Amino acid sequence: MQKYLFASLLFLLILPVFSQAQVKLITVDQLESRFANGKDTVYVVNFWATWCSPCVAEMPNFEKLQASYSSEPLKVLMISVDFKSKLQSAVIPFVKKKKFANEVFLLDEKSQQVYIDRISKDWSGALPATMFVNKNTRKIYEQEFSYDQLESVYKSSK
Amino acid sequence: MKKLITLCFLVSVFIAKAQSGGYSVGDIASDFKLQNVDSKLISLSDYKEAKGFIVVFTCNTCPYSKAYEDRIISLDKKYKSKGYPVIAINPNDPEVQPGDSFDAMKTRAKSKNYTFPYLSDPNQTITKKYGAQRTPQLYILEKTDRGNVVQYVGAIDDDTENSDPNKISYAGNAVDALLSGKKPMVNFTKAVGCTIKWKKKQG
Repeated sequence: MQKYLFASLLFLLILPVFSQAQVKLITVDQLESRFANGKDTVYVVNFWATWCSPCVAEMPNFEKLQASYSSEPLKVLMISVDFKSKLQSAVIPFVKKKKFANEVFLLDEKSQQVYIDRISKDWSGALPATMFVNKNTRKIYEQEFSYDQLESVYKSSK
Repeated sequence: MKKLITLCFLVSVFIAKAQSGGYSVGDIASDFKLQNVDSKLISLSDYKEAKGFIVVFTCNTCPYSKAYEDRIISLDKKYKSKGYPVIAINPNDPEVQPGDSFDAMKTRAKSKNYTFPYLSDPNQTITKKYGAQRTPQLYILEKTDRGNVVQYVGAIDDDTENSDPNKISYAGNAVDALLSGKKPMVNFTKAVGCTIKWKKKQG
């Protein structure tokens, strides 16, 4: 019994480590269907890369936003546009180190020239970029967000 | 065939999507007088023999600019003698991005033996006029009687990692087309890059 208890405790301890380090692949189609199924959810979608220092700097603000509005229909999605070849060597180790609570993805698309326009006609491809999506509108900002800016754009996107 | 259809579709999408602010293909690009890393002031009108220009907004600090640096040097080596020199402009505000200070630019240009001018745009007026949104971003200009006409806006190629032997060299293809009297087949592309580090508003 004691052995069993110990094993389950160990499992519970290890579990969060695994979930934190999880990076799922996502295509533009999968992202669109997530928006379509979101009903009243406001999606705050941050496009980032491990090499982009202003992206890394603003990340805690996205963690704080999701935590502060956990009772509201808000979903923060962190989508890395690092190369897929960097998933194991750069993205997963980075996410592991940062211990994000937010959902983290790696964009599973090949051509920047195609996916940038599919995500938003208004996106030039510059990073960091953050898109606010509700059931009627979407708006993308090419800038680094302070927490106050992020919160106020989120509130106006509800 | 399928590839060709996709390409035609992309081209039409790119033409349809005029850039928000700044120059689109067909516009006349304004000349400038900006300081080079050797302290001389440089204008497009200084280049009497040029047939056009490869104007590239790039910087010291953006990892994607660094990834493309050698390819920018190669573009100048290949096309300067054919009449299309590279003119690099650093659009970033050094107060926001200290690694892009004029001194840091000098050091970079020297250590990499830039064969082209590397200009600073301290008030970001040319960057705004052109409508550059990221580094690196290219504007290929063709010199005509009407002025310097924008013929291509976008990325250098479609392979930032520089690992695909079948990459599409958008910039090279565009200049080759212009040199043979044609219009570039693809004249607008998007690519991942770094945001321009804009001067913080006063007050």
